[in-house]
Amino acid sequence: MIPELGHFALIIAAVIALVQGTLPLLGAARRIPAFTALARPAAQGQLVFVAFAFSCLAWSFYSNDFTVLNVATNSNSQLPVHYRIAATWGSHEGSLLLWVLMLSVWMLAVSVFSGALPDDMVARILGVMGLVSLGFLSFLLFTSNPFERLLPGAADGRDLNPLLQDPGMVFHPPMLYMGYVGFSVAFAFAISALLDGRLDASWARWSRPWTTAAWMFLTIGIMLGSFWSYYELGWGGWWFWDPVENASFMPWLVGTALIHSLAVTEKRGAFKAWTVLLAILAFSLSLLGTFLVRSGVLTSVHAFATDPRRGVFILGFLAFVIGGSLALYAWRMGKVAPGARFELLSRESMLLANSVLLLVACGAVLLGTLYPLFLDALGLAKISVGPPYFDSVFLPLMAPAVLLAGVGPLIAWRKGDGAQAARRLRWAAMVALVFALFAPLAFGRWGALTAFGLLLGAWVIGGAITALVVRLKINPRINSAFAGMLLAHAGIGVFILAVTLVKSYETERDLRMAPGESVTLGGYTFRFDGVREVPGPNYRAARGTVVVTRDGAPVASLAPEKRIYRVQQNPMTEAAIDYGATRHVYVSLGESVGGGAWTVRIHIKPFVGWIWGGCILMALGGLLALSDRRYRGSARRAPATEDATAVRSAT
Amino acid sequence: MKRVLLPLAVFLLIVGFLAVGLNLDPREVPSPLIGKAAPAFELPVLGQDGRRFLPTEMRGKVWLLNVWASWCVSCRDEHPVLVELSKKDLLPILGLNYKDNGEDAQRWLKQFGNPYQLSAVDADGRIGIDYGVYGVPETYLIDADGVIRFKQIGPLTPAVLERKVLPMAAALKK
Repeated sequence: MIPELGHFALIIAAVIALVQGTLPLLGAARRIPAFTALARPAAQGQLVFVAFAFSCLAWSFYSNDFTVLNVATNSNSQLPVHYRIAATWGSHEGSLLLWVLMLSVWMLAVSVFSGALPDDMVARILGVMGLVSLGFLSFLLFTSNPFERLLPGAADGRDLNPLLQDPGMVFHPPMLYMGYVGFSVAFAFAISALLDGRLDASWARWSRPWTTAAWMFLTIGIMLGSFWSYYELGWGGWWFWDPVENASFMPWLVGTALIHSLAVTEKRGAFKAWTVLLAILAFSLSLLGTFLVRSGVLTSVHAFATDPRRGVFILGFLAFVIGGSLALYAWRMGKVAPGARFELLSRESMLLANSVLLLVACGAVLLGTLYPLFLDALGLAKISVGPPYFDSVFLPLMAPAVLLAGVGPLIAWRKGDGAQAARRLRWAAMVALVFALFAPLAFGRWGALTAFGLLLGAWVIGGAITALVVRLKINPRINSAFAGMLLAHAGIGVFILAVTLVKSYETERDLRMAPGESVTLGGYTFRFDGVREVPGPNYRAARGTVVVTRDGAPVASLAPEKRIYRVQQNPMTEAAIDYGATRHVYVSLGESVGGGAWTVRIHIKPFVGWIWGGCILMALGGLLALSDRRYRGSARRAPATEDATAVRSAT
Repeated sequence: MKRVLLPLAVFLLIVGFLAVGLNLDPREVPSPLIGKAAPAFELPVLGQDGRRFLPTEMRGKVWLLNVWASWCVSCRDEHPVLVELSKKDLLPILGLNYKDNGEDAQRWLKQFGNPYQLSAVDADGRIGIDYGVYGVPETYLIDADGVIRFKQIGPLTPAVLERKVLPMAAALKK
């Protein structure tokens, strides 16, 4: 009964979405207040029904209702309860329902926090989001119904993929989807502005906090995915340039360009066309990512099970949404007046360069991701594109962007003073250079690429500190937005330092160890104490014990495991990690090679935790930035722009 | 063309490729052995102790080598097609029993039928590596000179038989 109620709720939500996606847009265009007024209640109604449907599915998982096909395929009675609930979004259908739920939550947020916006603008924004929601709900109802029954019900389920039975995987999809879906708000703002022709600084000011929030969630979502893959998959790496990883990274790159471009549009009224295009692109890439992982078009460790019908549906939806918005862009944007002028050396030009570099980098990643498909479609070859391509293309593009990030905050709007900026930055430059030249020696080995990476990281952090000092001298009180920007930039610096150190100085040994044998690596001694069988709630594990000491003093006792989950009979490696601020000690089991001996893989990874620490700093910076006072309450007044000519847009 | 139309144009191009891509299988890897000599081997024969099989024994004949195993679920889908084919006596079908257990294999053949003249036993999969086997079942059409002419990845369907394998075999026999 409950699954049917959930199904029915989805149908009602779809009808509401249909209303929400048509009448308010019509009402805004034809000035019919009765229609415009429907937007907010419709959005709220959608959330009620989608949340109800989601709860029905979650309940089916919780109560082990194996007459629901989705539950039978993805759960099991021995699955611990928190994973049973997380299994709600562990499948294609369930994760799509999560997508729609997230969208409803964002729609509710827009309907509640948009008191300062004109009603017809809100109507357009929610109308566009309603259309997106309608698309996804239709997709669910027609091709991917999570409530499909399996009658007679299975005796027990096929269990959740063991890789997903992990806390990281519980949080990663919700965070990621909050990001993807959040870009639909920026997208809706952009489409709304294109539709009513009101593309001014106030539009940018209203868009900014929403976009920054989406960006923040996406940063955390990607960070969680990377961290999970590191500690769970046992290969010791944290980024593979897998198509699905790229599918999340591309919206992030464009989203980063977008938040920077919005800053310019808000403050100077410039880059309007660019900002609108980036907003459309960010969401388009989110949709494209959704398509790529569910259509079978690309091989990936991450892809969901495929069905050509689904692929066709999403592709059609993609073509409609993205094609339609780009067509609208082409039609309306040609008439918008250009913004205020700026010099070659100015904050605007720095941010423009940043946008261009990020967009080109995104294009390079997109090319690499789709290249196997292009060649196959043309019948030319079957190839795969991996880290060698991505690393060699991505790093040279990001390096100049990072260098600019250190300088940018110190260059004034419209006309920067290069000499003054150089003078202010000389300390940061010197410290960064000295650090880059000498720090590698502390690790025992100097390399040009290592030094360059350290230089970049130190430079960004130095630039941020310099900007802080300069600002404090002018005004002891700094606002959240400025602090957020500095923190996020510092986060990038930390990230770059961590990646450089790990890639340059990580050490690894892969060897056969018999019980009682010891091996040394990086100053640590590892003693293998054999493996014993340990049962788990829904698996049995071979658990090894590796005692780690340094100069005789105990450091950790690590317990890497090789698990066999009872239902799916998949073997799975659980790495054991000793987490430390300056290094991770990482041990995983290989295979049993007879006589109680096993192959063991040992890694020492210096500063690897700061890769994700840097991401957290970036996200915190985003949080600070969007909580700035000027986005609250005071947004009721249209902001005074620095350049009066900025508020000139064509209809 | 106006510059504002550029993003739309690029997008439509990508959509075109994605649409084509929906009909392709990115996991399918075409065999590099087409047109090359079938790798040589010498393997024991299932159910015939002491007998060894070499593919050179089949020189002068056009034949099918079908890679199968008792643990392979899709093989069950394909098997009736092979059994039917063997009854028509159009061309010899030989099996390569891949990474399997002899007892399980024999039991499987007894249960589902045996279309094979014989099955060579590749217990550790080494010969499979030589042939580029990555997904069982796979079927090779080998000509009278021992050259691989066609490889079917996945179950052999009646359609593929009618349209590709049998016409090719007929042409090769001349």
